[in-house]
Amino acid sequence: MWSFSKIANIIHEWLSQTFNATWATIIEMVIAGVAVIGLFAVLGLVLVIMERKVSAWMQIRLGPNRVGPKGLLQSLADTLKLLVKEGMTPNGADKFLFNLAPYIAMMVAMLLLAPIAFAKDFQLWDLNIGVLYVSAISSISVISILMAGWASNNKYSLLGAMRSGAQIVSYELSAGLSVLAIVVLTGSLQLSEIVNSQANGWWIFKGHIPVIIAFVTFIIAVTAETNRAPFDLAEAESELTAGFHTEYSGMKFALFFLAEYANVFIVCAIGATLFLGGWMPFHIGNWAGFNNIMDYIPSSIWFFGKTFFLIFLIMWFRWTFPRLRIDQLLNLEWKYLLPISMINILLVTAMAILKWHF
Amino acid sequence: MFLKDYIKDVFGAIKSLATGMMRTGYYFTHHKEIITQQYPDNRDTLNLPERFKGEVVMPHDEHNEHRCTGCTACELACPNGTIKVVTKFEITPEGKKKKAIDKLVYHLELCTMCNLCIEACPSDAIKMAQTFEHSVFDRAQLTKVLNKPGSKIMEGVE
Repeated sequence: MWSFSKIANIIHEWLSQTFNATWATIIEMVIAGVAVIGLFAVLGLVLVIMERKVSAWMQIRLGPNRVGPKGLLQSLADTLKLLVKEGMTPNGADKFLFNLAPYIAMMVAMLLLAPIAFAKDFQLWDLNIGVLYVSAISSISVISILMAGWASNNKYSLLGAMRSGAQIVSYELSAGLSVLAIVVLTGSLQLSEIVNSQANGWWIFKGHIPVIIAFVTFIIAVTAETNRAPFDLAEAESELTAGFHTEYSGMKFALFFLAEYANVFIVCAIGATLFLGGWMPFHIGNWAGFNNIMDYIPSSIWFFGKTFFLIFLIMWFRWTFPRLRIDQLLNLEWKYLLPISMINILLVTAMAILKWHF
Repeated sequence: MFLKDYIKDVFGAIKSLATGMMRTGYYFTHHKEIITQQYPDNRDTLNLPERFKGEVVMPHDEHNEHRCTGCTACELACPNGTIKVVTKFEITPEGKKKKAIDKLVYHLELCTMCNLCIEACPSDAIKMAQTFEHSVFDRAQLTKVLNKPGSKIMEGVE
């Protein structure tokens, strides 16, 4: 049967036979880069139309339904519109930083894709500190937002950027602590090993209530980190026009937009890897027949299915809850999420030492 | 005591958020609830809500009779001078003079559909219609006379 790892192996063997080792590596890097850009382009199109349809159905509307069958080509038309628009730079702006910011946002999203296991044995870079790498790189994204807000020379942008700074810095803590729960249970920072540790059951089932609490905390914290409603204070359309990207237009705006959706995909992929078993199929105890059927579904479909389930969950939040005020936002983090996840990590540690988990 | 309130807070919050998500989840899965009208496409089957206010009309029955007594309550109630009641005096069979309307002039271009005239009318002579395609090329066409030519007041309406 075909799988991603098989295709990757065939390409790797053919390249190493045809070229010498250095050129083979360089060509592989180029292929990986093109694949990442292609994935982002497809993700942008798919997630935008998904978001618009989900939001429409939740608000008892129809959503886009004119371009293509059932409106499915709407995001393609939007992309075309953004491509032909002029990317303006305001007169008073810091031109270098202003133009650099969207690329940093995009680069962070691309770097985060490196350690994610998309399918069985299919990973760009299986580094042994994968979880640490992800939490370290993801905090760089705040720099692009601050840069955009500061360089725009606009009060709305600056306010949005400052809010975003406060928000990301505080929510990083509970996101880190909830990820730590899984690291404690697995005893490894390597993402492939975390996936392998879930072969006999996903952590959300094996880890009892403390892991479920960690999962909920993780989802709340990453929603805040990706600046999506109900935590979209950085954009806050009704107060700050568009927050940090008020002054951006055309493709530069599209890059911010794309980076947001790419980040949503990445945090959901990390969440699926840590709590829902990554590409591991769903198994129930000793039901051999059921487990065999589940094994027959390709691992990439399991991974993308779980990731899109989490993305749907985050969209569900976005279109249900109203936006929090900045003080409510910080209260939620410092008075509720942080103490709860600190107690939770103690529970998880006790559970890991006493071997209470399955 | 403090801890009890704190835990109660957290569970109350989770419960109320779950209630909200149940509602949107219900709408997400039940597409028949969608209230969007695809207007120019479904012109024939357009389903407007009962309270939709399009324009003021005066219903007439089959004998070309209306219920307007010409009391000018609607004119007084109108906040922006949309309605103008032109009255005349009719001679009843008993030889008495009786006030009646000659014309009830309605300026659609001034109307904000506030419904105050309908509420003010003591004899239910006017009501709001559901028509809304009012665009015309000449603004004079927006000044309408609501009572039909040759119409008279219904028997028994005072």
